[in-house]
Amino acid sequence: MNKRDVLLEIGLEEMPARFVTDAMYQLSDKIAGWFTENRIQFGEVIPYSTPRRLAVKVTDVAEQQEDQQEELRGPAKKIALDEEGNWSKAALGFARGQGVDPQDLFFKEVKNTEYVFANKHTSGVATMDLLHQLDQVIQSLHFPKNMRWSNKEFKFVRPIKWILFLYGSEVPQLEVADVQADRTTYGHRFLGEEIQIETPEQYPTELLGQFVIADAKERKDAIQNQLENLQEDEGWIIPIDEGLLEEVNNLVEYPTALYGNFDEEFLELPSEVLITSMREHQRYFPVQNKDGELQPHFVAIRNGDHAHLQNVAKGNEKVLRARLKDAQFFYNEDKKKSIDDFLARLEAIVFHEELGTVANKVERIKAHAERSSELLQLDADSKNAIQRAATISKFDLVTQMVYEFPELQGVMGEKYAKLFGEEELIAAAINEHYQPRFSGDVLPGTVVGSVLSVSDKLDTIVGCFGIGIIPTGSQDPYALRRQAAGVLQILLQKGWPVTLEELLNAVLDEYEQRGLLKNDRSAVYGQLIEFFNIRMKTILQDQGVRYDVIDAILTGEIGRVDLLLRKAEILAASLKEDNFKEMNDSLTRVLNISKNLLEPEVEIDPSLFENEEEQALFERYVEADKARESVHQLEDIIVFYEKLSELPEVIDSYFDNTMVNAEDENLRMNRQTQMKKLAHVIHTFADFNQLVF
Amino acid sequence: MNLQDMILTLQRYWADQGCFVMQAYDVEKGAGTMNPMTFLRSIGPEPWNVAYVEPSRRPVDGRYGENPNRLYQHHQFQVVMKPSPDNIQELYLESLKEIGIDPLEHDIRFVEDNWEAPTLSASGLGWEVWLDGMEITQFTYFQQVGGLDAKPVSVEITYGIERLASYIQDKENVFDLEWHSGITYHDLYYQPEFEHSKYTFEVSDNEMLFNLFNIYEKEAERAIDEQLVFPGYDYVLKCSHTFNQLDAKGAISVTERTGYIGRVRKLARKCAKAYYEQREQLGFPMLKGAKEDE
Repeated sequence: MNKRDVLLEIGLEEMPARFVTDAMYQLSDKIAGWFTENRIQFGEVIPYSTPRRLAVKVTDVAEQQEDQQEELRGPAKKIALDEEGNWSKAALGFARGQGVDPQDLFFKEVKNTEYVFANKHTSGVATMDLLHQLDQVIQSLHFPKNMRWSNKEFKFVRPIKWILFLYGSEVPQLEVADVQADRTTYGHRFLGEEIQIETPEQYPTELLGQFVIADAKERKDAIQNQLENLQEDEGWIIPIDEGLLEEVNNLVEYPTALYGNFDEEFLELPSEVLITSMREHQRYFPVQNKDGELQPHFVAIRNGDHAHLQNVAKGNEKVLRARLKDAQFFYNEDKKKSIDDFLARLEAIVFHEELGTVANKVERIKAHAERSSELLQLDADSKNAIQRAATISKFDLVTQMVYEFPELQGVMGEKYAKLFGEEELIAAAINEHYQPRFSGDVLPGTVVGSVLSVSDKLDTIVGCFGIGIIPTGSQDPYALRRQAAGVLQILLQKGWPVTLEELLNAVLDEYEQRGLLKNDRSAVYGQLIEFFNIRMKTILQDQGVRYDVIDAILTGEIGRVDLLLRKAEILAASLKEDNFKEMNDSLTRVLNISKNLLEPEVEIDPSLFENEEEQALFERYVEADKARESVHQLEDIIVFYEKLSELPEVIDSYFDNTMVNAEDENLRMNRQTQMKKLAHVIHTFADFNQLVF
Repeated sequence: MNLQDMILTLQRYWADQGCFVMQAYDVEKGAGTMNPMTFLRSIGPEPWNVAYVEPSRRPVDGRYGENPNRLYQHHQFQVVMKPSPDNIQELYLESLKEIGIDPLEHDIRFVEDNWEAPTLSASGLGWEVWLDGMEITQFTYFQQVGGLDAKPVSVEITYGIERLASYIQDKENVFDLEWHSGITYHDLYYQPEFEHSKYTFEVSDNEMLFNLFNIYEKEAERAIDEQLVFPGYDYVLKCSHTFNQLDAKGAISVTERTGYIGRVRKLARKCAKAYYEQREQLGFPMLKGAKEDE
């Protein structure tokens, strides 16, 4: 069968850089999907993108759709035939609808019922006649933000300027947003011009001639090569930030690296300020020397060629100089004040209307941190350090520098705190208490920073839940999910002898005392536990824990996070052992029999035991229960599990010799109590019913 | 090119593109968008093509004339075209050439910027235009104005006059810019910058300003209820400026802030709705003119 390449290019006004790559892959995936769905054979799918174009080339696209042979099901036999055994209206209608002769209908049984079937043959259509349908593919592209323009109702990421569409050397018909496809495309905005593309194969080379590198990967490589050359020529180190490289790559069609300088006096500013100014605000690559020290240079990627590069560098230097001058001014102004000056101003900053000011939040964080310190039995020095760190944890929010550079909250707090003479440990905790800032970020290193981080995050989470701000779907304005995950990760890593519930209750107490819980406490508590369970599940999944094991160990309250993970490891190891299935059967037997029993109101009475198996089970139960109660360290959970492993033999012989539901009421009650209590001990470790063999 | 020639050149250029050159509006405002020639006229189906210079007051940016980049009052050159022409980016780039910026000698980029004006209940999508790393223009396709969907869509181009001039004249300090041959920005604006800053931060009377806000708000409401959209809108602008003065002085706490913004927004939405209804009753007169032209 004959084949030709297809090329589709959507020309746009500059797309937001952050949308480009995703949109490029969407287009190529959806087009490949469209060809497959339409039974049109094709070879390779090659995506292209620049800020001004999304394009895809599909090689070796068959000129004819494949024929289709389908077996279609119609009405059931009893409806398909009338009383005389002729085709009913329903059957005839089905045949007509599918375009088959009623004579060719046949019966076939599906799930004990006979149905009418028809074999339908559809001949393939010429690909050329179908390609206009790709307008649907273009319209189905999804962007986080769409817009209207001019007097059109159509919405797209940015206005569509042209559509280049080729099938071999022909232009198939296609129209989107009043733009007709043809073979015209446009080169670089300033260096290129309008050109005609004859065949898809010519596309990338023709564009290159017009100063457009259409292949995103190739363009990125070009940037990287230029950065490497600069490194070598100048003897610098230019650390490549992947996110920045990706963004810059999607801001240019024809990249040319250039460098500029700034006054050495600005190097006295904290390096984070310099880096943020360069990287976040100007999309420059900062420059280091071989020792990793920041140098008074920057590298920018121009969208163009080498002409007048000095001029462009000069312009960029001017912009950076103005920014750094501002930063220097803020830095010097801030240094003239004191931490107390700043703290006083936190009273005027609202954290949330219903939860009060940032100063109020700080008061609460101090209270939570104190309770946590007690739960963790920290020494007096640590407690004092935590209280001081909590007190000043938010002071930098009202510095001019953080007002201008909000992304430096915490970072500037640490810098300034040191300048103002705070202890290193306390200063560091101000930065640490925001960690982890994103998924995969470092966790606070010190106890002080960790306690502060957990206290701050739980304060926000509990406070928000208390007034009904609970994340739903994509709605999570206070990033509560990320913060909850942060709390769990800290607890997991630190292995503190404290349960999540103890911490949550301490924070809830504080909110209740302050009258800030708008909703019912037990309802809020329930929502929090559910919320943390979902986050915990994700963390366990990320650790590679099996789904059934997760379901077995997450049975309500979270408890100690580190113990959860240890339990998961124990179960994972046991599941590999041959005899574990038998142990599991015994334990689940106890869980199942006690499922519908009422909570016991009395203790087990050994005087009512009738056989030694009852006595034996009781003794092992007491040991296991003791082991359960004395889980304080990570190792204790192993002892507890060993005690559980000793249960099956006594459980089995117990059931062989004892009727739980005895006729005598006293006996029955006592045995039910025994079952229920034992089940409780087993369930504390895991719900063994969830495990899959 | 001095600042005055720059303005004259831009005016000439956009007049040639079919814009009527209007004058700045005579009520204090924070941005050219708030001028009724943008805010109200971008509402509804009637075509609208306008260009004007807008002196814009940002009390919070007042620096007593001491900061090389920040001003109590700066100038915006504002272009609004409805519906947005298909070649608007090219028209804009051409205007830069007119004032001496040759794209081949610079690095010009369109960087994503989504604009939102909560007090106007307005939002749009577009870019900030970078010239060698410096933001020189806001380029926005209005999507919503006064809470109403922008249909058709207006495009708004806002040039930062001082920024552009500092580039063209290669000056580090805004006060060194040449306005007219031999006349600097310092000659014209240093004293007002100093006095407005001093007034805003030290002298202004909070109580009076709070009272004024309430009075303006009431009067805006009353005028709009009388179907007097333009006078009503003037008082909305006065509310907004009074709020900005109080805000710059730190007289409005963060909690109250949302409340005040909400009050201005409510008035702006009311104006927008009333304006639309009035134009509709009049049969959108400027639409007819546009049709006859075709």
